[in-house]
Amino acid sequence: MEPILVATAVGKRFPGVVALSEVDLALAAGEVHALVGENGAGKSTLIKVLTGVYQPDAGELRYRGEPVSFGSPMAAQQAGIATVYQEVNLVPPRSVASNLFLGREPRRFGLLDFRAMNARARELLASYGVHVDVTRPLRTLGMGVQQMVAVARAAATSARVVILDEPTSSLEPREVDTLFGIIGRLRADGVAVLYVSHRLDELYRICDRVTVLRDGQVVHSGPMADLPRLRLVATMLGRDLEEVRREGATKFEGEHTAADRPVLTATGLTSKHWLDGVEVTVRPGEIVGLGGLLGAGRSETAMAIAGALPLDSGDVYVAGTRLRTGSVAVAMRAGVVMLPEDRKADGILPDLSVRENIVLAALPRLSRTGLVSRKRQDAVVDTFMKRLRIKASSPDQRVGDLSGGNQQKVLLARLLCTRPKVLLLDEPTRGIDVGAKAEVQALVDELAAEGLGVVLISSEFDEVVEGSDAIVVLREGRVVTTLRGADVNEAALLSALAEAT
Amino acid sequence: MTAVAARPRVWLRDNGVYAAIVVLVGYNLVFTENFATVANLNTQLVQVAPILIVALGMALVIGTEGVDLSVGSVMAIAAAILPLYLGYGLLPAILLALVAGASCGLVNGTLVAVVGIQPIVATLALLVGGRGLALVFADGQLKDIRNPALLDLGAGKAVGVPYVVLIAILLTVLVFLLVRYTTFGRQLVAIGGNRSASALAGLPVRRVLMTTYVISGVLAAVAGVVATARLTASDPSSVGNLYELAAITAVVVGGTPLSGGRVRVLGTVAGALLMQLITATLIKHNLPDSAAQIVQAAIIVVAVYLQRSRTAR
Amino acid sequence: MTAVVTETSVASARTTGRERLAGLAQRRGSVVVLALLVVVASFSFDRFLTVGNVQNIAIQSSFLAIVALGMTFVIISGGIDLSVGSVFALGGVLAAYGIQWGSLVGLLLPLVGCGAIGLLNGALVAYGRLAPFIVTLATLLGARGLLLAITDEGATTRLMPRDALLTEIGQGTFLGLGIPVWITLVLFAIGIVVLQCTGFGHSVLAVGGSREAATLMGLPVVRDTMLVYLVSGLTAGLAGALAAAYSASGVTIVGEGLELDAIAAVVIGGTLLTGGAGTVGGTLAGVLLLRVIQNVINQVGTLNSNYQSVVSGAFLAVVVAVQAYLSRASR
Repeated sequence: MEPILVATAVGKRFPGVVALSEVDLALAAGEVHALVGENGAGKSTLIKVLTGVYQPDAGELRYRGEPVSFGSPMAAQQAGIATVYQEVNLVPPRSVASNLFLGREPRRFGLLDFRAMNARARELLASYGVHVDVTRPLRTLGMGVQQMVAVARAAATSARVVILDEPTSSLEPREVDTLFGIIGRLRADGVAVLYVSHRLDELYRICDRVTVLRDGQVVHSGPMADLPRLRLVATMLGRDLEEVRREGATKFEGEHTAADRPVLTATGLTSKHWLDGVEVTVRPGEIVGLGGLLGAGRSETAMAIAGALPLDSGDVYVAGTRLRTGSVAVAMRAGVVMLPEDRKADGILPDLSVRENIVLAALPRLSRTGLVSRKRQDAVVDTFMKRLRIKASSPDQRVGDLSGGNQQKVLLARLLCTRPKVLLLDEPTRGIDVGAKAEVQALVDELAAEGLGVVLISSEFDEVVEGSDAIVVLREGRVVTTLRGADVNEAALLSALAEAT
Repeated sequence: MTAVAARPRVWLRDNGVYAAIVVLVGYNLVFTENFATVANLNTQLVQVAPILIVALGMALVIGTEGVDLSVGSVMAIAAAILPLYLGYGLLPAILLALVAGASCGLVNGTLVAVVGIQPIVATLALLVGGRGLALVFADGQLKDIRNPALLDLGAGKAVGVPYVVLIAILLTVLVFLLVRYTTFGRQLVAIGGNRSASALAGLPVRRVLMTTYVISGVLAAVAGVVATARLTASDPSSVGNLYELAAITAVVVGGTPLSGGRVRVLGTVAGALLMQLITATLIKHNLPDSAAQIVQAAIIVVAVYLQRSRTAR
Repeated sequence: MTAVVTETSVASARTTGRERLAGLAQRRGSVVVLALLVVVASFSFDRFLTVGNVQNIAIQSSFLAIVALGMTFVIISGGIDLSVGSVFALGGVLAAYGIQWGSLVGLLLPLVGCGAIGLLNGALVAYGRLAPFIVTLATLLGARGLLLAITDEGATTRLMPRDALLTEIGQGTFLGLGIPVWITLVLFAIGIVVLQCTGFGHSVLAVGGSREAATLMGLPVVRDTMLVYLVSGLTAGLAGALAAAYSASGVTIVGEGLELDAIAAVVIGGTLLTGGAGTVGGTLAGVLLLRVIQNVINQVGTLNSNYQSVVSGAFLAVVVAVQAYLSRASR
């Protein structure tokens, strides 16, 4: 098991921040190496250094025994280091086959040989257990399949090192199995695999060694088997083991007392392709989790209730009054607001200030006859910045400069500004560091205690299980079951999800 | 205002256009005769006024991440409509011209916000068709303006300042206040910054976008009226020619990013003034038109290059 | 290998049919409309389908078509080139200027000069990472300034000697159609092959589809971006040279607004302005559509020629509206 790619004492700085410092990493042939760390720990920077996107400021890289310096991603690729990124980095309008062979298309007499390309593409994917029409544009396929194509592309380049960055974030369990099959093949072929993921189950399933990063430094490196789960989490967080065991994985308290009459009743929500008769009821003070795998329709349910997804049929009642569906503005006025899943694309306005971002939704209310009232805005902004503990140099700081956790808090403040009755939260703690995660979880608990009705979507089991009073389990746009009371536990949720149709 | 790190590039980006104006004015004060006279000042301001008026509307549109290529043709339409109704009085005629401009803006706004066509192509359609439409209204003819009120508007002054300049100043102030202090203005900026986020925050995206294009159309119509008054003739075949380029130039040089999300009204004024100054300086020193254009081109590139530091990630 | 992943859900099968139809309409719609228009026009106007009229339409279309060919590649790559009008005029002037040293120079000078401008555009976009809209806007001004400088501020219009090879190419005919028309057809054939069957073409499509992805996949994005703008400059220069040869003079005031006609033709032809998908053949259909519309309005006779632009503008709006609808349907 000789090391193929070795990083020694690698350092990388950006203006104002040290991203990596004295990082050692050794990838050996035929081994799957886990790279773990919270967001901001330096994982993606390290990967970019290994793949030629960045050049290290300190330390050296050795590849196949020789010191090496990759000037560009192309150089690293040609040397045999392939990367599959978290966001599917393929070209959506181009066909599957085209994406697989982009840059390395088979040619005949100097021109592209389509038949050969399509045939080889079909073969390649079939050998991994993926059967699709390779002439279809990539964007017409589901995210899971797109990710598989990305992995297949990496595997097909006869690379010696394959780096997988959060490869399962868009995959169904079935597809995860397929992926692990591919990884197994790579391992058997003597390829070194670097596997980056948050999902501890997967790491323990497939990885041989683990390196833990925190704040740009390596805090642990060794065989996977020698590191129990709890210790791994503690090392990542830099927290006391006992604390983690005692307090559970999340900051959710778990029990809320709810009023009797529902604040939100959604029935028969149907939207072609996405939802089929979904029903959700939330009482004031209650947290209802939406459980389900990717593609089950959780985000779509939230979007439909919030008016962001047009419905073919279905009724939504807020505090007994019927709500006109299909309009975000109408829903907002009725007190139903949503925190979007992708805060970068659909949430923050990075170039505007904290203040502007917070007051955005409530602008009409905070203005007088069309003119913005700075006084009213300041009062509101001040209140929320204090309450949510938003860390910013001032309300005028650019939101794009804040950390993920603070950005999320700004978005929450924006929603709370509208004095909502119902909060729909789609992945409220995704991509934010542990400290902020805990704060957000505690905040959601508080809001429920204050009488808000909350719908919670989270891909982290712990959050859904510990945070919800009831869980509506979805599968392919339909409600499979609703868990309540004592049934709200990990085992019940897992079995509900695993239920075969 | 945010405390900006005193890095040279950021400073240049935000204030470069003002610095350039200062440098040019300084140069002219020393080397150009008759520069520092009231007469010259009036001439320059009067020439810049219609471009500035159009640029104000363009800045708003660009702030929504759009562009309005039709402004020149809208000017022509306004110029064509004006003489048809002067018989009813100056005010009704002007109002009708503005209504025409607003209608064009409504068409643009509908194509962009409702049908979902990209602004370049949507406004391209009006650019192509609008001038033809203007010529149809005018029967292809150039008409002399004899209406004394309109002529006075074009040539007259109040407190020593030409009416057209006063109009431009007034509109600048209005647009400035609009962007900074009205709900509409803040929503416009937000929508330009991130449309989907704004929609999810409940903002009336469609309404704001349509209104923006209507404003652009109205401002273009005002510019058309002003240009016609100055020209003392309604010439739909040539009025407003290449104005969209001049307006976009002024906006970009003034620091408003094409990617939307920020509207620099004062910067736009500075941008228009700078380009005017450049042309005037070159003319006064007997440098040919060609030099003026090449210099303008270089300035645009520099301005946009400085803007890059904002979007570089 | 136990697990199997198959994309066969009902929902996706349904979308396939509809999305295929929409994609087809997008790509071939312009040809269908053109055919319809030609058929209707030939029945409505006696003088439409005459040899003289067809020749006229063909030659008038050829110059715009060559420019639009280059524009197609630029737009597919996700960019835009507003400078082609000025570059076209520059090409004509350079041709008229260079022909005094023979037809070869008369052809090479515009290619070199306009190619250089194309490279400048490409460098600013690819290396400088500046927005194509504004970069080519600047070159539009700069190239016209250059043009004026070379021609004494527009005062000089050089004539091209009628017996020079270049002029004969511009004015000559072969099998009844002007030689520039044949050149156009050949160029378009090459263009179709390049786009669909070469690595460069696929790279351009990829860059337009997702620049980031293309970079990460190791495609030579910078090089190919520069190349598309170079191609655009070359085609504009060539068209300008041919147009000058056709009229036997390097007129300086031509080309104004040509870039917009080219963009309109490309868009009408079915290429998406956002990039990543496009059709070279469609552009040719788009050019012909615009010219045929103009021709038809002329035929009507009673209509003011001003109506040409009104109809063209309305037509463009309708086409793009339909495209917007279709692209939503194909998702």
